[in-house]
Amino acid sequence: MPFVGDHLSFTRRRFVQGVAAGSALLGLGLHAAPTRAEQLQARLGPKVLSGTRFDLTYSPLKVNFTGKERFATAINGSVPAPILRWKEGDTVTLKVTNNLAEDASIHWHGIILPSDQDGVPHVSNGFKGIRPGESFTYRFQVQQSGTYWYHSHSGFQEQTGAYGVIVIDPKEPEPFTYDRDYVVMLSDWNDEDPSRIYAKLKKLSDYYNRRERTLSDALADIDKMGWEGFLNARQMWNEMRMSDRDISDVTGYTYTFLMNGVAPADGWLGLFKRGERVRLCFVNGSAMTFFDVRIPGLKMTVVAADGQYIEPVTVDEFRMGVAETYDVIVEPSDDRAYTIFAQAIDRSGYARGTLTPDPALTAEVPEMDPAPILGHMDMGMDMGMDMGMDMGMMGHGMHGMNHGGMKMGHDMSGMQHGGMKQRLPMGSGPAGYGSKRPVVHAPTEYGPHIDMRADAARYRLDDPGIGLRDNGRRVLTYADLRNLGKTPDPREPEREIDLHLTGNMARYMWSINGVKYADAEPIHMKYGERLRINLINDTMMNHPIHLHGMWSDLETGDPDHIPRKHTVIVQPGARISYLVTADAMGGWAYHCHLLYHMAGMFRKVIVS
Amino acid sequence: MKKFKKTLLSLLSLLAMATLNPVAQAAMEDDPTLAKVMINQLEHRYTDGPDPLVLEGEAWIGKDLHKAWFKIDAARVNGKTEELEVQALYSRAVAPFWDLQVGLRQDFRPKPDQTWLALGLKGLAPYWFETDVAAFVSDEGQFVLRGQFEYELLFTQQLILSPEVTFNLYARDDKKRDIGAGLADMQAGLRLRYEFVREFAPYVGVNWNRKFGETAGLARAAGEKADDVQFVIGIRAWF
Repeated sequence: MPFVGDHLSFTRRRFVQGVAAGSALLGLGLHAAPTRAEQLQARLGPKVLSGTRFDLTYSPLKVNFTGKERFATAINGSVPAPILRWKEGDTVTLKVTNNLAEDASIHWHGIILPSDQDGVPHVSNGFKGIRPGESFTYRFQVQQSGTYWYHSHSGFQEQTGAYGVIVIDPKEPEPFTYDRDYVVMLSDWNDEDPSRIYAKLKKLSDYYNRRERTLSDALADIDKMGWEGFLNARQMWNEMRMSDRDISDVTGYTYTFLMNGVAPADGWLGLFKRGERVRLCFVNGSAMTFFDVRIPGLKMTVVAADGQYIEPVTVDEFRMGVAETYDVIVEPSDDRAYTIFAQAIDRSGYARGTLTPDPALTAEVPEMDPAPILGHMDMGMDMGMDMGMDMGMMGHGMHGMNHGGMKMGHDMSGMQHGGMKQRLPMGSGPAGYGSKRPVVHAPTEYGPHIDMRADAARYRLDDPGIGLRDNGRRVLTYADLRNLGKTPDPREPEREIDLHLTGNMARYMWSINGVKYADAEPIHMKYGERLRINLINDTMMNHPIHLHGMWSDLETGDPDHIPRKHTVIVQPGARISYLVTADAMGGWAYHCHLLYHMAGMFRKVIVS
Repeated sequence: MKKFKKTLLSLLSLLAMATLNPVAQAAMEDDPTLAKVMINQLEHRYTDGPDPLVLEGEAWIGKDLHKAWFKIDAARVNGKTEELEVQALYSRAVAPFWDLQVGLRQDFRPKPDQTWLALGLKGLAPYWFETDVAAFVSDEGQFVLRGQFEYELLFTQQLILSPEVTFNLYARDDKKRDIGAGLADMQAGLRLRYEFVREFAPYVGVNWNRKFGETAGLARAAGEKADDVQFVIGIRAWF
């Protein structure tokens, strides 16, 4: 039944796995059969550019990731784009030239800079995109360090290859040591024109879902729980007309997942010497895919999230929403190869790489986990039915929770009507603990454009998320994230903004508070104010929400060590809160980073 | 009547243009104008007499919540079009899973022509029943209630069994067309298709036509059967 199963056809395998890097090289103009050295070179990922002056040029590039030649939107002839290595405190000058037939742009994701340098056409101050044949020179001072990335903010170019990693070396030495570092950029490649993907989703929203429930699933359920149990279990889904198998909109059915631009057929290659500490800078540069990352045989110590240092947490696995970054340290102590395994959240495919002391060694590639199935909790329903199943994940990752603010799951009696409002000693909702406001749906959230409202949306910070609960591995959760230093802005929020992530899956329409971007007023922030944004996810999908220009200080239950992020996953049927210091004047984009949700689930933020 | 045909033709050609030119869909536009053509059934029906070739299709062009919607039902027997019904509707989303559709229906065959006002509700009912319920009022004063229901049962991701039922209820007798008041006819089908890709699936199935009451009597009097089980083979496709 699973689409990626034992009986993969040859063409199907090639599609999921991609083709060997040797063939991908064809696109780079090497027409003769590639030599071993060239094949090896192609597995090492994009090259690094460092300094303070950069020339970046957009042009079409013929690539071959799946056995078919396609044109990618490349920067400096490379997919992913070159890795940019900056230094904190430097002023960088980046001349971006557009040799495409359409407008282009570059947005520096997670970088704190003036609005007019942020690169979002018609949102950033004065920026209208870069026209074909023209250049735009970005210039700004680098005020931070860590792992970030850059990508086009025009059309669907991000899907077709316009993304690259930025690593900023700090002025002061890092609070951890390592002997070498590698960038690990995850992405999703497809041979189809992205506008066709979008059109298909609008015409048949489950087009790419090849894991719908079948008769044999029903028979197995009836076997297990009897007819009555089966009918009860299906009732909500049947009445809501939603699929509990609806995990990703676009899947491995069309995607080939890349690690540093290398298809899984042979995978990216990272070399180390035995005993070295290796920093891996993970970036999820996908258009639509969440990845779950692990390295079987190695513990990973997470030292930074979205570029910012956190108190180190040692885990077996972590989930990366689209646009998130994590830095981890690994210490491979054996003279063997290790697989970096990044499976797509819906288990329709994976990206992989090999960490090895010797390019000739390979490591076993693990089986993918079973495809996850949504439960009532993921739909923001009260917990009646799924409690037994979902309680297990509440046990770990509770540190910093002793103020009671976000401690969930042990007292379900008060959870029926709106999540947090009962018996939680949160006073006026102090910084660090999230909001105490009840979940209220606006009138604009009712109508043909909305198919679901989560009435019991809860904070689920210690929930690793669908498909990762109780998998026997130590999985990073947001509850684990604590800023390494003191909370940078310890002020209490002066006000709160509630934003509901909304949509109609079947019609493939996305919006915020039921209002799509085209019809929405900007969000106004007063310069210098500290405010809280409450995100409530009224859909059954994970949404990675990205605020440009300012940090999202994620409230994970410890007011003294609030971590700073630029992209925050809001789990299906859940709520989450963060604080924002409105310290950047001008216009900023604020949106879901899933490329095909973005046009509707988008707001302009104006700080004045 | 001529005008109706002309409008229909120009709308259909617009639809064809929009369909054949997907690149014109502006990149990253939230709500682009799209078009979809669905051939729900294009099938050969094996009967005792001459075998009909039947087409049942739909097409739309428009945006998320507003669309122009076309439906066609046609049957050809021995190279002659015996049934041809076309609807041109404005379709407006009124609920998360429902569209209200209003417009015109034109029956070109069987003769004489008949023109109807159409008002329908199309969508997905709870428990995943694809539903299309419509009321029609004709220029001759006839009133019809039609219901169509379809369900999909997945054996695998590609092998899909789809039962469906259609019925027509008439308000009054129509002797010209051998129709009696009340529940006149019902068609129940069971089709098993294999989706090579989402857009293309051949199928086999059975189709059971049954006439009721006065309509059945009129059919029998004309020497036709009121009850007919047919084996069908066909394709389902969309783009």
